[in-house]
Amino acid sequence: MRIPLSWLSEYVDIPADETPETIGERLVSVGLELEEIIHVGNDNTGPIVVGHVLSIEELTEFKKPIRFCRVAVGAEHGHPDTPGERGIICGARNFAEGDLVVVALPGTVLTGGFAIASRETYGHISDGMICSERELGLGDEHSGIIVLPPNTAEVGADAYPIVGLGEVVLDVSVTPDMGFCLSMRGVARELAHQFGTQFRDPGTELVELPAPSDGEPHECAVEALEACDVFTLRTIVGFDPAAASPHWMKRRLILSGMRPVSLAVDVTNYVMLETGQPLHAFDGNKLRGPIVVRHARDGESMETLDHVQRELHPDDLLITDDRGGIGIAGIMGGLETEVDETTTAIVLEAAHFASRGIARSSRRHKLSSEASRRYERGVDYMLAPYASARAAALLLAHGGGAYIGMNGVEAPHEPVRIPMSAELAGRTAGTAIDRATVVERLRAVGATIRDDQAEPLFVEPPTWRPDVTDPADLVEEVLRLGGYDAIPSTLPKAPVGFGLTQSQRARRRVGRALASAGYVEALSYPFVGVAEFDALNIPADDPRRNVLLLANPISDEQPGMRSTLLPGLVNTLRRNAGRGTSDIAVFEMGAVVHLREGQTTRGVTNPPRPSVSGRPSDADLATLESLLPDQPLHVGVALAGSRTPAGWWGAASDSSWADAVEAARIVADAVGAELTVRSGATPAPWHPGRCAELVVGDVVVGYAGELSPRSCEEAGLPRRTSAMELDLDAVIARAQAVVTAMGLSTFPVAKEDVALVVDAAVPAQDVQDALVAGAGPLLESVRLFDVYSGDQVPAGKKSLAFSLRFRAPDRTLNVDEVTAARTAAIESARVAHGAVLRG
Amino acid sequence: MSAPNKSYDPVEVADLSPEAIETAVALALEAIAAASDLDSLKEARLAHSGDRSPLALANREIGALPPAAKAEAGKRVGEARGQVRVALEQRQVDLERERDERVLIDEAVDVTLPYARRPVGARHPLTTIQDRIADVFVAMGWEIAEGPEVEAEWHNFDALNIGPDHPARTMQDTFFVGTEDSGVVLRTHTSPVQIRSMLDRPLPIYVVCPGRVFRTDELDATHTPVFHQVEGLVVDEGITMADLKGTLDHFATAMFGPDARTRLRPSYFPFTEPSAELDLWFPGAKGGPRWIEWGGCGMVNPRVLDACGIDSERFSGFAFGMGIERTLMFRHDVTDMRDMVEGDVRFTLQFGQEI
Repeated sequence: MRIPLSWLSEYVDIPADETPETIGERLVSVGLELEEIIHVGNDNTGPIVVGHVLSIEELTEFKKPIRFCRVAVGAEHGHPDTPGERGIICGARNFAEGDLVVVALPGTVLTGGFAIASRETYGHISDGMICSERELGLGDEHSGIIVLPPNTAEVGADAYPIVGLGEVVLDVSVTPDMGFCLSMRGVARELAHQFGTQFRDPGTELVELPAPSDGEPHECAVEALEACDVFTLRTIVGFDPAAASPHWMKRRLILSGMRPVSLAVDVTNYVMLETGQPLHAFDGNKLRGPIVVRHARDGESMETLDHVQRELHPDDLLITDDRGGIGIAGIMGGLETEVDETTTAIVLEAAHFASRGIARSSRRHKLSSEASRRYERGVDYMLAPYASARAAALLLAHGGGAYIGMNGVEAPHEPVRIPMSAELAGRTAGTAIDRATVVERLRAVGATIRDDQAEPLFVEPPTWRPDVTDPADLVEEVLRLGGYDAIPSTLPKAPVGFGLTQSQRARRRVGRALASAGYVEALSYPFVGVAEFDALNIPADDPRRNVLLLANPISDEQPGMRSTLLPGLVNTLRRNAGRGTSDIAVFEMGAVVHLREGQTTRGVTNPPRPSVSGRPSDADLATLESLLPDQPLHVGVALAGSRTPAGWWGAASDSSWADAVEAARIVADAVGAELTVRSGATPAPWHPGRCAELVVGDVVVGYAGELSPRSCEEAGLPRRTSAMELDLDAVIARAQAVVTAMGLSTFPVAKEDVALVVDAAVPAQDVQDALVAGAGPLLESVRLFDVYSGDQVPAGKKSLAFSLRFRAPDRTLNVDEVTAARTAAIESARVAHGAVLRG
Repeated sequence: MSAPNKSYDPVEVADLSPEAIETAVALALEAIAAASDLDSLKEARLAHSGDRSPLALANREIGALPPAAKAEAGKRVGEARGQVRVALEQRQVDLERERDERVLIDEAVDVTLPYARRPVGARHPLTTIQDRIADVFVAMGWEIAEGPEVEAEWHNFDALNIGPDHPARTMQDTFFVGTEDSGVVLRTHTSPVQIRSMLDRPLPIYVVCPGRVFRTDELDATHTPVFHQVEGLVVDEGITMADLKGTLDHFATAMFGPDARTRLRPSYFPFTEPSAELDLWFPGAKGGPRWIEWGGCGMVNPRVLDACGIDSERFSGFAFGMGIERTLMFRHDVTDMRDMVEGDVRFTLQFGQEI
């Protein structure tokens, strides 16, 4: 909303010591957002005066038609050789001899730094410039020069105030609850109580209309009173279709960011900006029969003013006549009944529509207009007849004709009375606000309080504030008017808390541990598509492809919510590699989405919508929960290139499957869970021979290893990219909450190394498990320290060297005891895996 | 102490004359001084202080002397040997020190060699700043509340007094799951976590809710469809707007230093009444301290309390929220949103592990 201060000052006295900046601050303090203070054409300097075109000489010998004009510019502004006159070359053609124009004389510097000087062009001396709006920085209009209405001003008069140069316009944006500030009326009222000066209400000071002339005003009826509770039509006949809008009105419209069109249209816009009441002018001669307000019928359509044929919905409220729709109520009029240059009868509509319906229709048709913006936010339901009287008076004054009278429909209105304790505002603010102040501020915003000593107070909010329905809304008005800066600053006393939860602590530790291990965190978008699963060779029947779909994804390529972190990790890896970071290790921690049993990728239809008037029943809340998919927290890593770079210390070490598995161990350690790594299922995209199954407790929580060569190639990844992904929630859930400490034995340790030969295919972990199982309780620890396959062992075999440590809690072990335990361990491995002690 | 030499070989009788002793001492001291390292000192010790050294031999002769001569000779030889021993000890100390010093020089390395063997990682600054914010409130006794990203429309909108026709509920802003009327959305703010807190937690409630949220904006320098917010919620008896201000002031100084402060301007949100825009006086702003639009806040709308079954006559509350990306952008002078979301490790590594 653009507010020219000169216009605003008609409704509120602006104290002399207020500047545009301080006025802007006051508007901000009452809840408007100040976008910009516009100083219109402020950077024009030098003499710009009103000129009178005396003669026009058409020059036709050039590529485009050019005019050489003699322009009277006033006694003191003329050229020395031609007193009172100047010769000016002009390319515009929208003016005639005798017109008043705006002339920038030599010495003027126009906005943007364009200096006007006397110069020779097109074979003549051009001694100034006849200006368009754009050249003066007034607006975008450049289709012709400014032609002032006759008798606007004396020839030679200073043109700055006449065209609005030097005007200050405040551009403010208005929150949805302050729709009344989409008008001079609303903003002036807010400023009046800020300044403490008089407010002159343009909305209710009913303009004197001439007595109705003979004739029947256009008839109307409303079939949908719940959607349109006030509807009025005023009729004017004998209107002069050629009548122009007065200069001051055009100037104000331009300053407010609107384009003058014709008197009838300009008046409706002007009164809307002034009062906040949208108005529509029909060409009375184009109407067929009475106007009826009703909902659209199935299959109905109409063409709106913007030349779009619109299919209507039964929820759309229509303004109709005998032919059907002639306007979508509160949004836009129809093309067929538009006022134009032949209009001599005007039927002026002013109405009050329910905001919800307008908002819906506006959204449905993707059509937002000045009218719909106001109706959506709520318009003063008392205003329609006043505003239309104001508009009719302006039309009659500038376009002539006879006023025939008004027809209207109005539904009865129940006055709203909100009970509010006089102490509530102070109690909410945290500082005492006395009853008198509360009453005074509420009255300042237009509320009616009949008994200011009653407790509670019964407050009738002003008719232009449909947003004010609750005591809390009244509190906001009271506090807003006092300024939020008046509220003190105190700290509430929170009860003692329990700090972070186990899961929250665990997640921090996992992030820090992975970062310390050289992984960089990435936060990728959770959107996935078929192409990403294809590139990773995820089979068609893999459950990870069963993703929850979005109705309106950002990209049709990625319509689903990720079921795995791998696509994001892979994209991050590829992007970094593409930007030259080839040795890279990244991790991500975030929720994935898994459909629950019975859920579909498209969600449900007809979901429950519990009332919000009180807490929903547990059953309703459970039903809402059941709509949601599982959203477990996963953690994953991806890495490629060197893990340790080559340097003076030696050769590089390439990242491998083992790093990915180690990352899983880092996660488990950070959380305090015991991770078991085993060879088992090897889902895509992992390399079937280089993928470990990650187990915590007895649950498979994820996988780690090298990605298959084909997946790397198709996903555009570096060769031998490795990755790990696991369900962090599952790991955290199985973490030891409290560690039970073991007593430490101080008796000596007995160390035994054994090398066992087994089939190459036997997993080392299985052999180790067998050793542990056989060794018995004296075994303190076991560690694999070497793996060998080659000449020293038979083909197809490998040697695994384990270091065993034995210790008893209560004595020094003797040789026989240790030998027995060692032998039992080896025997166990032999029985389970055919292990043979290497000689 | 050597035993008296009863059966001495006269051929080997050492000269005990003062001249001979003096010569032996002189030779010994010369050899000790000449020893340039510990090995040659060892040789000198053997030659001049060892069992076969002239002074040792001389010492042995003393026992064979007539008692009258013993004392004088004993004193002479003793003094001579003492002189040599002190010289040896001194030289030993000196040479050891020299050796130790030389070792330090010989073993010197170029410590400017690059030592970056261990790969360097980092947590994302959006994560660490959320932790930082959480820590501020946990220190005040608050707790961290969380909720799902795929959320019921009822929690995301209805319960927050955002009616069915509110413009925020259109496909221009909100990601709908499945179809536009499935009742499930990607949460557009972390406010549904407030609803869940009010439904699930015992009163009073003091929580902050950091988390990831979604709006249908295309990614550009200042917008991203996936971003993070942190919201705070307090519901207790007698909670006032002054409490809101004090909490925000404390939060601001904890994050931005003692000169930081906040300012409230009237605004509108369906879920708070009164509502306010929150400005931050940011002392560390590039180009000098200034006000920065930081977030929104207000007193919890009693209708929201009602929807959660909280007695709005007895309890009141406040809530506030701000964008994490925006906070990171002005706090660290990040100028392009894309740097934060594309996962380029060069961006994240700048921040190290903590903020």
